[in-house]
Amino acid sequence: MTQPADTLLQLSAVGKRFGGLVALSDVTLHIKRGEIYGLIGPNGAGKTTLFNILTGLYFLDTGSFTFDNNSYTRCPPHRLAQAGIARTFQNIRLFANMSALENIMVGRHLRTRTGIWGALTRHAAARAEEATTLQRAYELLRYVGISCPAHTLAKNLSYGEQRRLEIARALATEPKLLALDEPAAGMNATETASLKTLLQAIRAGGITVLLIEHDVKLILGLCDRVAVLDYGKKIAEGVPDEIRNDPAVITAYMGGHAT
Amino acid sequence: MDILLQQIINGLVQGSVYALVALGYTMVYGILGLINFAHGEVVMVGAMVALSITQVLAGYALPPMVVLLISLLVASMVCMALGYGIERIAYRPLRNAPRLAPLITAIGVSIVLQNLAMIIWGRAYHAFPPLLPDSPHIIAGAIINEVQIAIILVAVVMMTGLLLLIHRTRLGRAMRAVAENPAIAALMGVNINAVISITFMLGSALAAVAGIMVAANYGIVHYYMGSILGLKAFTAAVLGGIGNLRGAMLGGVLLGLIESLGAGYIGDLSGGFFGSNYQDVFAFFVLIAVLVLRPSGLLGERVAERA
Repeated sequence: MTQPADTLLQLSAVGKRFGGLVALSDVTLHIKRGEIYGLIGPNGAGKTTLFNILTGLYFLDTGSFTFDNNSYTRCPPHRLAQAGIARTFQNIRLFANMSALENIMVGRHLRTRTGIWGALTRHAAARAEEATTLQRAYELLRYVGISCPAHTLAKNLSYGEQRRLEIARALATEPKLLALDEPAAGMNATETASLKTLLQAIRAGGITVLLIEHDVKLILGLCDRVAVLDYGKKIAEGVPDEIRNDPAVITAYMGGHAT
Repeated sequence: MDILLQQIINGLVQGSVYALVALGYTMVYGILGLINFAHGEVVMVGAMVALSITQVLAGYALPPMVVLLISLLVASMVCMALGYGIERIAYRPLRNAPRLAPLITAIGVSIVLQNLAMIIWGRAYHAFPPLLPDSPHIIAGAIINEVQIAIILVAVVMMTGLLLLIHRTRLGRAMRAVAENPAIAALMGVNINAVISITFMLGSALAAVAGIMVAANYGIVHYYMGSILGLKAFTAAVLGGIGNLRGAMLGGVLLGLIESLGAGYIGDLSGGFFGSNYQDVFAFFVLIAVLVLRPSGLLGERVAERA
């Protein structure tokens, strides 16, 4: 299959069932390099299932997806991370008993290689790599705007900082696509505004962003294009203005028939 | 007074051995949530392999220190291979099975190893040759010999090294990340199976060293030596809080002291009714007491709580 060179992620007729429940059916969409792409839809629409497929936590039943011109239809999580897809979670999943700094350093695991031999002998290359990892981790902490001491355990960070730490950990894997599952959930207006600034900075840094969000104002104000899922089907796709006025979207959100 | 000091020294020596073995239990539990009941047999295999090495090298008139180092090296490597094999064969296929299943294969592996050892090395008690000069030092009326000094020093060095490895290196971070949440660690590119294999191999290397310590300290090895030692080290791990590295170290040393002091004073306290042959009772009394009074152990929860 040929696709335009600026397509980073292409989903073709993706389907996933859990027993009798159809979580996703026939979802086709593509995400271009450098855009912020939003995914919205009512609860249970299949948004998180889609994320789990993209990151290898689930395998899709039908269809296929390509990323950066390679097919990754049935790939374990670490291969997809290697390919350049990183994500955060709707319910925060940090390594709670490791420090903020260490959480980011684990994120660097993929891009470093010192094994048991280096750990035991601590030869020059291993120490240099460790120093780089540490330096990069400090940079990312600053980049996402975490101000508390770097050695604070992740579980003791404030809620907003935990969300930022998850983003920093995902960035540490040097992704091409950053997939964020409801990053603004539970945030107040100020926190949401600074999150928006952070995501714009990340995109300006050359990373494509895929965003699931319930905060419709944030999505429509931030994204270049938006897709709407309902009951596992894509019911609309377009620029924010088109989505705002799409009768199918209004029906899905408000219930009943749009008049 | 000299009895007290003597028993404390004996307790520290024994406790060092317990601590090294307990670390093997606790590391595996921390990562897999599994009690590797075959771990005691790995200690035995370490001692037995070292015995064979000393017998093979006996004809070459090498300095005893060199023989000791070669035995340590070979026994560690054999035990690391054994630990790797145990995980691959007995635990990995049951990774997603109910928790009881790997417990049963653990006991099976333990029985197989004991019987293999019996076939290879026979049922007899073997004398382990003295490899360090057996010159006692007298400190304030208590006796400590070079083997005992070496045991304590080596244990301290190995435990410090392990803590540094776990807390200061990329590998250690990966191990802790897998212990906390394997799925998320995989998303960060951590190879879960490799981390689990390395955990088993590290624990087995510590076990091999502990086995040689026991052999050198008592001068006797036997195919059955691993089971009671394994149970006591398991007790030490539970006492310190299973899954917690510092807990295993603390629990090991404490258990050694409790046993040794208990054995030293039980005769006086019971008016001669019980003798020091009741030593083993203390360890298991401690196990029962911990399980009843503080099941999470002295240092609390396991290091990593699964999300």
